[in-house]
Amino acid sequence: MQQIINFIFRNKNLLLYLFLLLISLGLTIKSHSYHQSKFFNSANWVSGGIYKTSNNITGYFNLETENEKLVQENIRLRKLLFNKEYNSETPIDTVVLDTSKLAYTIISAKIIKNSYANLDNYITLNKGAKAGIKQDMGVITPNGILGIVENTSNKFSRIQSILNRRSNLNAKLKNSDNFGTLVWDGKDYNTVQLIDIPRRVPIKVGDTILTGAASSIFPENVLIGSIKKFDLDPSKSSYKIDITLFNDMTNIKNVYIINNKNRPEIEQLETNTNNVQ
Amino acid sequence: MSSNYYFITILRFVFLILAQILLCNKIAFLGFINPMIYILFIYWYPIKQNRAIFIFISFLLGFTIDIFSDTLAFHTAATLTIAYLRPVIMRFCFGVNYEYQSFKISSATWIQKITFLALLIIIHHAVFFTLEVFNFDNILLISKKIGAVSAASLLLCILFSSLFSVKKE
Repeated sequence: MQQIINFIFRNKNLLLYLFLLLISLGLTIKSHSYHQSKFFNSANWVSGGIYKTSNNITGYFNLETENEKLVQENIRLRKLLFNKEYNSETPIDTVVLDTSKLAYTIISAKIIKNSYANLDNYITLNKGAKAGIKQDMGVITPNGILGIVENTSNKFSRIQSILNRRSNLNAKLKNSDNFGTLVWDGKDYNTVQLIDIPRRVPIKVGDTILTGAASSIFPENVLIGSIKKFDLDPSKSSYKIDITLFNDMTNIKNVYIINNKNRPEIEQLETNTNNVQ
Repeated sequence: MSSNYYFITILRFVFLILAQILLCNKIAFLGFINPMIYILFIYWYPIKQNRAIFIFISFLLGFTIDIFSDTLAFHTAATLTIAYLRPVIMRFCFGVNYEYQSFKISSATWIQKITFLALLIIIHHAVFFTLEVFNFDNILLISKKIGAVSAASLLLCILFSSLFSVKKE
């Protein structure tokens, strides 16, 4: 007994080191295999608050370019609006919609922390559960998709960026409706990869890639990027396509969070079907 | 060690975390180089203090950085390792005389200081990027990242430490 206690006293630093290392390795393995911890992430109130404060200051620096982007988007949307079928009963700048039947609702938010230099990137937004944001909602910018909500706290939420090795989205070619899986290999923050497009599909450099219909997170036909180059994968049966993103991932500020009201129903249906099988 | 000293240590802790998350994590030079300057905390920490407390503070330092940058526990494991290995590295860099009461880092030659800092940074980054990539198939990617980011961290740490160095009496 005496010897055991002596041993512990002699090696207390080593034991403390090993104990703490074990904790951190445990967390590391957990973060590589599943969603990161619900509490220990940048969307908690301390880190979220600090990022928000810093963002309140730096947010003014590129207001001009940010306004320009929003004006561009408004121009695009107005074009769509004015080119809709003309109806004499409603004024030209008004659209009559029954909002209770809309499948998608949209929440706007600002990015307070962006990262793109790591292999698994996360983005923090300045709105959270209070604003109605929930896990697994899609996040887009005026130029294209950005990621999926992974965690929310009351006032902040954390997005798993498409620049994340766990990111796995359904995407399709604009012309042919063939769909594949959008992944990221961690090398270049402007390029993502589309895999599983069959070999017989005709593709060429410059083709546009959109989100596919198989996902209940994003609406169909949200912009992603254009084909940069393509190669057959080692099995020679499908393509591995490099895609240049329309988004400049280093310079984004305003984002939209998309809520699909039909998603619970779709998921329910899918689990039911799986259970039957 | 007066209360003034604790105050400086706490100040350093907060200052280095803020500098890391608000400045260095946003640099992304060439798309992936984010220098890590909070390693200076390990470099500056007094030598004669209780080692267990030092290891524990390093754990807290790494953990805080991890939470802020959403890289749960890579920074922690790396910081913990250099904190534990620090006496070994110091003996390697400064010889046995670092154990004497009169020894101060500021009195060592600049080559010794830079070797000490460089070793801390390289070991830290080796652990960090191995854990981040977590796949030995990508050994080239790991070594590329270790090399490039270590150089950037070393440069920035030297600049920072000369900027905020304690004046010699």
